[in-house]
Amino acid sequence: MDLSLSTRTVDDRTVVEVGGEIDVYTAPKLREQLVELVNDGNYHLVVDMEGVDFLDSTGLGVLVGGLKRVRAHEGSLRLVCNQERILKIFRITGLTKVFPIHTSVEDAVAATD
Amino acid sequence: MATVELRFSALPEHVRTARLVAAAVARRAGVDEAVLDEVRLAVGEACTRAVGLHLSNGVEAPVRVILTEEEKKFSIEVGDESPTSAALAPGSHPETDDEAEGEDEMGLAVISGLVDDVEVTTSETGGVIRMSWPTSPQPLVS
Repeated sequence: MDLSLSTRTVDDRTVVEVGGEIDVYTAPKLREQLVELVNDGNYHLVVDMEGVDFLDSTGLGVLVGGLKRVRAHEGSLRLVCNQERILKIFRITGLTKVFPIHTSVEDAVAATD
Repeated sequence: MATVELRFSALPEHVRTARLVAAAVARRAGVDEAVLDEVRLAVGEACTRAVGLHLSNGVEAPVRVILTEEEKKFSIEVGDESPTSAALAPGSHPETDDEAEGEDEMGLAVISGLVDDVEVTTSETGGVIRMSWPTSPQPLVS
């Protein structure tokens, strides 16, 4: 399965819905999408990972890269994820402390720091 | 002798194939269903690292994956033939951009976080990541 990406705007947030597998082959597409959004002035991103079947460290690297970019503009990058097998990867790498992880897009959009 | 041996050109698109093959062989070997996600992720991380080492060092040899069903365990060896594999061991800091370096270290962090029995060896001729998981005996199919 390949990677699918779609974006939409909810209030002042840009929601990126990701589906499929994020690995060394597909992660560059996600990176391009995040870079493009930030270059276009979207600094408050919500990455919806509910449709993600597989995530590896390359994908984590892209998300961390995205976070660095939005923070340079005082923005935010929030994740939506309820899948235990995906959450586990964030836990073992300590990234649950780096990313705010929400249970729904509504919750992520409504959140403020 | 290996149960299944796989060699693939060091290209990112083949890492998924290695994950699928490893998970299929692991399932057949009797690795618990709940652990198959970990096998898939760990072998993917090891192959991603090997592909990265081959690509960045211009190594044309294929990446090797050896899947072995043993009496009470299932083991996977992922070998690269990158001469600088040793230089990229955890703790060293090669001159790469921050993101790529972070990914390499994160890959090893994921493997060591996931797999209890793991061993990383490096030499001048390449590196090997060995991992194993316990298996439970399967009922005979009648």
